[in-house]
Amino acid sequence: MSVILEGRDITRDYIVSGGFLRGAKTIRALHGISFSLEQGKTLAIVGESGCGKSTLARILTLIDPANSGDLYIQGEKIDIKETKVTSALRAKVQIVFQNPYSSLNPRQKVGEVLTEPLIINTDIPAKERRKRAEEMLEKVGLERQHYNRYPHMFSGDQRQRIAIARALMLNPQILVLDEPVSALDLSVQAQVLNLLKDLQDEFDLSYIFVSHDLSVVRYFADEVMVMNAGEVVEYASRDQIFANPQHEYTKTLLAATPIADVEKIRERVERRKAFLAAES
Amino acid sequence: MSLLKIRNLTVEFDTAQGAFRAVDGIDVEVSGREVLAIVGESGSGKSVSMLAVMGLLPPTATITADEITYDGRDMLKMSGRERRQIIGKEISMIFQEPISSLNPSFTCGYQVEEVLTRHLGLKGKHARKRALELFEQVGIPDPERRLNSYPHQLSGGQCQRVMIAMAIACKPRLLIADEPTTALDVTIQKQILDLLMSLQEEYGMGLIMITHDMGVVAETADRVSVQFKGRKLEEADVLSLFENPQHPYTRALLAALPENATGDRLLTVADGWEGVQ
Repeated sequence: MSVILEGRDITRDYIVSGGFLRGAKTIRALHGISFSLEQGKTLAIVGESGCGKSTLARILTLIDPANSGDLYIQGEKIDIKETKVTSALRAKVQIVFQNPYSSLNPRQKVGEVLTEPLIINTDIPAKERRKRAEEMLEKVGLERQHYNRYPHMFSGDQRQRIAIARALMLNPQILVLDEPVSALDLSVQAQVLNLLKDLQDEFDLSYIFVSHDLSVVRYFADEVMVMNAGEVVEYASRDQIFANPQHEYTKTLLAATPIADVEKIRERVERRKAFLAAES
Repeated sequence: MSLLKIRNLTVEFDTAQGAFRAVDGIDVEVSGREVLAIVGESGSGKSVSMLAVMGLLPPTATITADEITYDGRDMLKMSGRERRQIIGKEISMIFQEPISSLNPSFTCGYQVEEVLTRHLGLKGKHARKRALELFEQVGIPDPERRLNSYPHQLSGGQCQRVMIAMAIACKPRLLIADEPTTALDVTIQKQILDLLMSLQEEYGMGLIMITHDMGVVAETADRVSVQFKGRKLEEADVLSLFENPQHPYTRALLAALPENATGDRLLTVADGWEGVQ
């Protein structure tokens, strides 16, 4: 097993204006994050809004630079402040965003969505680009004839499949999934999660899976990193986090997650009955 | 005796492609002090049927029903005036996006006082005092200062508490909560659900919880109604529904929950259930 992505002590500051005639303030969104992701595995980043998980996702996807700390992809140190992101580097890490209704350009046909990364980053000829896009559509469970359609003609899960297909066009090794199923209905959420697992096996992909939903993480992840207020509060294997959480915050998160468990429902129904009986 | 009873409710929208039927013959019955969960995915008509009761649908909607009675009174035959005395006072509603359902131009305190003035005739100092009590009751920290805050100055969870304060201002007998926690973080979701449940018990009101989240259903409902594409597929008490779901769609939904995963793959609704479209 080789480590494909590694972060050491990553920090990120945002500068916000303090208002008229007041100095700017610096807000530290990430306080020294360290982690490593092994080839073919899934690392889940879990936390609530404002914990810095999306900030981290943007740094890992080479969209934003870190303020300090080191990022290694396949052992090679990457600093996008110093050097421009090359096409070869861009091809290694791709991202799938949360909301497929806003992450696809409504004026672009599916074919254009899928071939654009190839146009920008490679010099593959047009015919070959189209062939690859059509093949990719089939891989993600869509059809070749969807090539000429617009995003509004698809349902939410189909759009998310298009977004996944776009991310895979450059044959990346690492996929950052930023809440990929939280905008989807339960019945199709399962299908998209299954698709992601199949693709992981087929292309030996490594996933960074950003999520707030612990039941999805429990099903999907190998390792889990729990974040709160820009810091890692717990980082362990999936089984350990769920069976034996160490940090208070992890325990709070687990306790707050609603679970459809028959025994728990039975207990609650008994309590309700007793309450109603006492009232009347 | 049921508090709200709806029989054979149908809602159609005029669209460029002709009439679209969003709700197709739904029955809903909820008694005082009962928590009814209406569960379904997007497009199941779960929100639309309740918006129809509240009179909040746009004019393009055509609403027909055999019966809509609230507390024995026929709501179909009511005048607008009579209806407005019930809506917002005896039946109130909270919505999914708390930040966008509050008016950004007025303070939170003003918006709660407005309800008190409109329905209970409380004015000035009296309204302010009652608004403060309500803010305390729904657990808003530093309530006196928050009365003068604008919605954008509060977090999503705090805004939802303001919405709840507004909804319970007149001690309603029926509260309709439309996905009240969907936009919130899990820890905040738990606080809001706990608050709703304790208010429900304290006031002895009926609660209709509209949700797509089976976990929320499991932790709140007494009775559950499962809807799909505008139709009701199954209704049962919460324990029977989870223990022994009758309809194939319900079974498929429960099997698709990640916590029910067996082995490496999730069952999808399509695997478990084809048809009944």
